[in-house]
Amino acid sequence: MSGASRMSLSPATTPGAARDPLWLRVLLIAVTLLFLGLFLLLPLVSVFYEALRGGVRLYLASLVDSDALTAVRLTLLTAVIAVPCNLVFGLAAAWALAKFEFRGKAVLITLIDLPFAVSPVVSGLVFVLLFGAGGWFGPWLTAHHLHIIFAVPGIVLATMFVTFPFVARELIPLMQEQGSEEEQAALVLGAGGWSTFWRVTLPNIKWALLYGVILCNARAMGEFGAVSVVSGHIRGRTNTMPLHVEILYNEYNFQAAFAVASLLALLALVTLAAKELVEWRARVDMRSAAGTAAGEEK
Amino acid sequence: MRQPFKQHSVIPGFGVTLGFTVFYLSLLVLIPLSALFLKTATMGWSSFWSVVTDPRVVASYKLTFGASLAGALINAVFGFIVAWTLVRYSFPGKRLVDAMVDLPFALPTAVSGIALTTIYSRNGWVGCWLESAGIHAAFTPLGVGIALTFIGLPFVVRTLQPAIADLDPEYEEAAASLGAGRVQVFLKVIFPGLLPALLTGFALAFARALGEYGSVVFISGNMPMRTEITPLLIISKLEQYDYAGATAIAVVMLVASFAILLAINAIQWRHVRRINGRG
Amino acid sequence: MSIEVQHISKTFGAFAALTDVSLVVPDGELVALLGPSGSGKTTLLRIIAGLEEPDPNPDSGILFHGENVARRGVGQRQVGFVFQHYALFRHMSVFENIAFGLRVRPKNTRPSKEAISAKVHELLRLIQLDNVGNRFPSQLSGGQRQRVALARALAIEPRVLLLDEPFGALDARVRQDLRQWLRKLHDEIHVTSVFVTHDQEEALEVADRVVVMNEGRIEQNGTPEEVFHHPATEFVMQFLGHVNLFRGRIESDHAVFGPWALQNSGSAQDGQEARMFVRPYDLDIHTADDGRPAMKATVTRIQAAGPTAKFELLDENTQPIRVEMPHDRFRAMNIAKGDQVFVSLKDSRVYVEDYVI
Repeated sequence: MSGASRMSLSPATTPGAARDPLWLRVLLIAVTLLFLGLFLLLPLVSVFYEALRGGVRLYLASLVDSDALTAVRLTLLTAVIAVPCNLVFGLAAAWALAKFEFRGKAVLITLIDLPFAVSPVVSGLVFVLLFGAGGWFGPWLTAHHLHIIFAVPGIVLATMFVTFPFVARELIPLMQEQGSEEEQAALVLGAGGWSTFWRVTLPNIKWALLYGVILCNARAMGEFGAVSVVSGHIRGRTNTMPLHVEILYNEYNFQAAFAVASLLALLALVTLAAKELVEWRARVDMRSAAGTAAGEEK
Repeated sequence: MRQPFKQHSVIPGFGVTLGFTVFYLSLLVLIPLSALFLKTATMGWSSFWSVVTDPRVVASYKLTFGASLAGALINAVFGFIVAWTLVRYSFPGKRLVDAMVDLPFALPTAVSGIALTTIYSRNGWVGCWLESAGIHAAFTPLGVGIALTFIGLPFVVRTLQPAIADLDPEYEEAAASLGAGRVQVFLKVIFPGLLPALLTGFALAFARALGEYGSVVFISGNMPMRTEITPLLIISKLEQYDYAGATAIAVVMLVASFAILLAINAIQWRHVRRINGRG
Repeated sequence: MSIEVQHISKTFGAFAALTDVSLVVPDGELVALLGPSGSGKTTLLRIIAGLEEPDPNPDSGILFHGENVARRGVGQRQVGFVFQHYALFRHMSVFENIAFGLRVRPKNTRPSKEAISAKVHELLRLIQLDNVGNRFPSQLSGGQRQRVALARALAIEPRVLLLDEPFGALDARVRQDLRQWLRKLHDEIHVTSVFVTHDQEEALEVADRVVVMNEGRIEQNGTPEEVFHHPATEFVMQFLGHVNLFRGRIESDHAVFGPWALQNSGSAQDGQEARMFVRPYDLDIHTADDGRPAMKATVTRIQAAGPTAKFELLDENTQPIRVEMPHDRFRAMNIAKGDQVFVSLKDSRVYVEDYVI
């Protein structure tokens, strides 16, 4: 009897799918697909379409162009410097913020997110103010023949700034949630600090760490605004891939611009795929951790 | 009794990691950002004011704010539908569609910029249709709005998804069992529960759009007084070696983003407080 | 290896978790720290392990076998610590978990691979889980995890074994089995052990000695019989099982509670308030007044399932009274809900101010 009345009151007792009427579900799914297709898929497809429009040979030719290759090399160099620096920072920050209780912690967490709130153009500007010809250290740098702005160091600095929070941001909430009991257990068993970190902490955060690194790397390679301000756009010298795309596009060399852009789009696709993979692995790990928690409830 | 700075813990490495964190943060972020404010302080109030209220600059604020707001609003509506669909319904290819939502995060902004421009230009895939309806998209404020919608979308969807997933169907069942119709359930139970997440997502998308540069510069056409966004003005001032002017505009933008960030924190703080009774 | 705790205090901000606690755990004993949550029992255990630091005090000390280890770090005390939620390393197999403490030793004291493997297998046999070495913690039941955590702690051949709520996270049946198993294990390996629990039954059943704690102080330290039958304080009396509380006062040389008057052998003053605690099985029920001093009451509920028959009564002042009696006696009496009965006293403890009559 109670079962029957429940049925009549809420026809959809299975959560989710059956809840909304069919016409609404179909309508909303259609709107979703249309909107995402128009706004996300179309631009992505157009990149590859435009790149390959002139044929594969032309496509490859624009990629092996010497300026294009220099841009690829500079982009890789930037990522190779910026990502490890921010990785080490992310680990240190997450350790300090997640494993300890101290005053001012909340403020520090907010400050770490700061670069996300700053326009890329402003991120580049601050380094021009410090190191540019008219900047604070400008005269000193010129006197010592050091170049930061309109040179590689400036590009690396600006990239480090905009990618600064990525790793820390992935790690801090996870490590806060995991607590420090496993580390305490390791220490009681006689393990040292390093040994505890390598053997106990790192394996527990590896997926989030990898995810943070992937995001950090994608942004480091793809950053445009901040790098654009500090680079000076010197062809074959201070052009990263996104800047090279801009130059080619502004020269109406659309085919070559899209060819280089297609490499960056591939990077984005790889990033998305890696993100799915890492999330899937993390879910598997979390499910086993949830198994631990469920066992504890008993 | 005075609380100690740090609670005792057997876990080692506090000094080293906190020291490095503060050092690196100061060197890379805090000191450079403070340079911005110090530079402004040297220019004097009247010159600062005349730069930031210059008609061309004000026109760029209007465009940037207006287009960002429009983009964030569009995302609030469609992002809600996307998030709802992705959480509540199942359909073939859902995983792929879900993964694609992050595309604007992952795609370098210059690439999205040239792609959007190509699609919406007069003979582009979408642009030609709009053109036949008499609508110009590329190189108009509409184009700016389109680009800012593109980059803001993941913020709304990704903020809403966990909130929708956390929405216990029991509340809806309870409301339905009390006699509420589906529309009433949505308006009185579901929507208020999701409002903080929706507002947060909206604010995040808005904040991101305000500072966006790469995906906009190509499609906007950069006509002074009409389609020139504020970040672009900073760059053109820099190209004329007008550091002070660039800095003044940057400070206005920075203050605006901080204000939004504060608003987001306030929304979340209020929400947490309401849920936890006092907090 | 004996453990001696001397004058330990611990404050967290304004909260005093422990106030001048001293305690001796004799060599080879299994001791329970029993108390409600917030009584400081876990804090005391963690201080013994070195996971927390006591407030600085020149008189304080933590002695293992007479040697002060207070200045030693947590890794140097050679304690085995079993965490409440086990804190098993989730990415390591059971084998690797147990081997961890041996593998992280410095090279010169680290056993060989074969020795470690032999030791782990010996421990796996000891915890009766020989065949789960390759599994991961998430694939084990709660009880199995508990035993793995214990084996991991024992692998380093600890001088003392400390267990934080060892059965707290398990369901009732597994709890019961593990208790007996832990008792047996302790009889085999005889390492000085301290465990924390809030479950009085667990403490009384497993431990050689029970230390009852409340609000950061030790209320009583004694054998299970002592704390149960001779509770030193009201708190201990109330904490260990159900009690009925009766309020009365001292009248000349008697403490008077309604119909009952007990000889006042102490030095309580006339007119002082007194409180009498009576366990449910120390009350008796009769259907007729047999001349013994008795309180009239009405039966409001009878619960006859379980090892004894339990009664809920209301006395004439509508105060609830709980009584327990064996089933055979209950059946012989033929009482039903709503009956008027007489309640008499078999045994009781009376407290006046701070001391016991």
